[in-house]
Amino acid sequence: MDITRVDQIIDKHNCETNSLIQVLLEVQSEKHWLSRQALERISERLDVPLSRIQHIASFYKAFSLVPKGRHEIHICMGTACHVRGAQNVLSAVEDLTGIKPGETDLDLKFSLETVNCLGCCALGPVMDVNGQIHGNLAPADTEEALKKYE
Amino acid sequence: MPRINSPDELEKIRNEILSQKDTNKPCISICAGTGCLACGAAEVIAAFKEEIEKQGLEADVDTKGTGCPGFCERGPIVVIYPEEICYLQVKPEDVPEIIAQTIKENKVLERLIYLDPSTNESATRESEIPFYNNQERLIISNNIKIDSKSIEDYLAIGGYSALKKVLFQMTPEQVLEEVKKTNLRGRGGGGFPAALKWEGSRNAPEPEKYVIVNADEGDPGAFMDRALLEGNPHLILEGLMIGAYTIGAREGYIYVRQEYPLAVENVKIAIKQAEEYGFLGNNILGSEFDFNVKVHQGAGAFVCGESTALMTALEGRAGEPRPKYIRSNIRGLWEKPTVLNNVETWANVPLILNNGADWFNSYGTDRSKGTKIFSLVGKINNTGLVEIPMGMTLREIIYKVGGGIPGNKMFKAVQTGGPSGGCLPDSMLDLKVSFDELTEAGSMMGSGGMIVMDEETCMVDVARYFLDFLSDESCGKCVPCREGVKQMLKILTNITQGRGQAGDIELLEELGEVIKGISLCALGQTAPNPFLSTLKYFREEYEAHIKDKKCPALYCKELISYYIDPEKCQACMACLKKCPSDAVTGGKKTIHIIDQDKCTKCNTCLDVCPPRFNAVRKISGEPVPPPIPEEERTIARGSKEK
Repeated sequence: MDITRVDQIIDKHNCETNSLIQVLLEVQSEKHWLSRQALERISERLDVPLSRIQHIASFYKAFSLVPKGRHEIHICMGTACHVRGAQNVLSAVEDLTGIKPGETDLDLKFSLETVNCLGCCALGPVMDVNGQIHGNLAPADTEEALKKYE
Repeated sequence: MPRINSPDELEKIRNEILSQKDTNKPCISICAGTGCLACGAAEVIAAFKEEIEKQGLEADVDTKGTGCPGFCERGPIVVIYPEEICYLQVKPEDVPEIIAQTIKENKVLERLIYLDPSTNESATRESEIPFYNNQERLIISNNIKIDSKSIEDYLAIGGYSALKKVLFQMTPEQVLEEVKKTNLRGRGGGGFPAALKWEGSRNAPEPEKYVIVNADEGDPGAFMDRALLEGNPHLILEGLMIGAYTIGAREGYIYVRQEYPLAVENVKIAIKQAEEYGFLGNNILGSEFDFNVKVHQGAGAFVCGESTALMTALEGRAGEPRPKYIRSNIRGLWEKPTVLNNVETWANVPLILNNGADWFNSYGTDRSKGTKIFSLVGKINNTGLVEIPMGMTLREIIYKVGGGIPGNKMFKAVQTGGPSGGCLPDSMLDLKVSFDELTEAGSMMGSGGMIVMDEETCMVDVARYFLDFLSDESCGKCVPCREGVKQMLKILTNITQGRGQAGDIELLEELGEVIKGISLCALGQTAPNPFLSTLKYFREEYEAHIKDKKCPALYCKELISYYIDPEKCQACMACLKKCPSDAVTGGKKTIHIIDQDKCTKCNTCLDVCPPRFNAVRKISGEPVPPPIPEEERTIARGSKEK
């Protein structure tokens, strides 16, 4: 991971200890994961023990301590999607990709996550791939939807 | 933009903005909220801009990307002013025609306006659509009128006039009295009177105080706070400023979920604009009031919606709740007096100050005043955000505003209050929606999720679903929540998978009582509610799962089987081709049979079986009929032989 970029993010937040979570979020959103190298740098420069950073990085759902695939699949498991059959969509995607929520495949092609509400309940069940929404999905539609991602 | 240094300057600028606006000039407002963007609103906006440029109409027509007006079911939504013509489900291909007909010729495109599915009556204007005109849209109605990224638009509709009034005509005590008179109750879940919270902080001796907007909206299926923050961020800021003035805070925070990128973006833009105009910073509008706001993004933890956990997260630590021996309005963020209110609560504040407590009190019931925004979702025809006066019945909300249940299915329950709330059956449909009534019925107002369930929803599974959610989101700090919720989930999972035993219900009740009684924060204290309320109203479903191994709603996978009715099957090959696990055998003229050992119960066969055959059905609690003998499987086309 590019440490100078991590430094820039830390500088942007004036090295403030209180900004720890905001710094981690920015690194996560740019690099899609938090490497040990990055965490050590943040620990050193914000003067926060690495153990506390680990606590935070594993507590919040937004952070990943392992690299993510090229395409991030988020399947909405919010209540509205749940009652409209999101579980079956999830099962179909698990079968297609061979991974479970929280996992990344060996080719680093897909990462699969469940989320608790994307807030477009009118379209449920919903799958979000790299920020693109696929709505009103039936389990049988998932194969077609995932085809275009290489 | 130079800073505004006095109330007169504010009015001067407002008049300048208004004088530049030609109210007769057509303005195309396109909802750019997350829901409509997901249905392609960005492409529609781009198409309008392109077409207007192509036709050289830039000077004659305005376009606006606005906040969410609520009718997500029919997005993308376009409203054309001044006539207020409302077009639904607009696609980029429709744009040239809208420009040619509606903008240039003043003609309404019949195919894009609302058509009531039950009465077949059409409605041209937003205000004529039953979804809207059965609501009382005090807060959310402005969303479609303003560009969510423009402070000028907010000023044009009278924005920051409540702040001006408060700073120059009222003492903090008077503001507090006015809000107290309305008994404005917290819209985030607890329903605690906002003014009492404010008063506690105001009277606390510490000079340093904070105000916080809680926009960590985590209830699955609820998105009203996001719509307000995305659509009208200045309204929330104005409310927050008034709160800060009242309690004497100089610093405020907006804690918003990182999952809401558009809300984060719009609120950051709003803060920057407010700083430039002098609504934030030192000597606001030339008064002696100083106030600044920072945005803090949440990193994805449901428990952070809890006030003390949120404050811990703001301090840069893992968001775990703290015991509340001393309330956070006395000792909150960095141990200082802190007022934390939900987005919608803050949104009500400028309205109250502008129009007075008596006006606000004219809406609602005795003990719950004003309106509440609900996100009406699930098995409902009109999915979307609805703002209703407190005291409206569930039946009116679901049938008059929501348009009833799709597909002629039977209503079964409505879930309110998110994971802390409960499910109410059809016998409770005439319940008046307000804080106390919902709590008495075994549910709660919560932040405003309202999930409608039909006959195909299994109530045991709904309870399992929420316990699964809560078990995952429990921060793990206190034992009853961390371990107890997990055990409840384990038993509920067993029941839904056909491994329920006699005594499970009693054990769950006992566990629920302990978790309710001794958990540290509201997450644990309310975690058993989804189970307790479904048990109260749907006990027979629990018993069917446990005793008969039957799921009456035909939902729980382990308790159902798929079966092709040989009388109805026309050997069309649809299910055979689509079955992902090759469980369907048969051929072009051979009646299809599902191999129960191979079937993964993915529902694909039922989805693809043509409705005119309707041959696939789900069965539960009874054995699957044996396959018909091989020699009877052949059918001759035209006349079906057995």
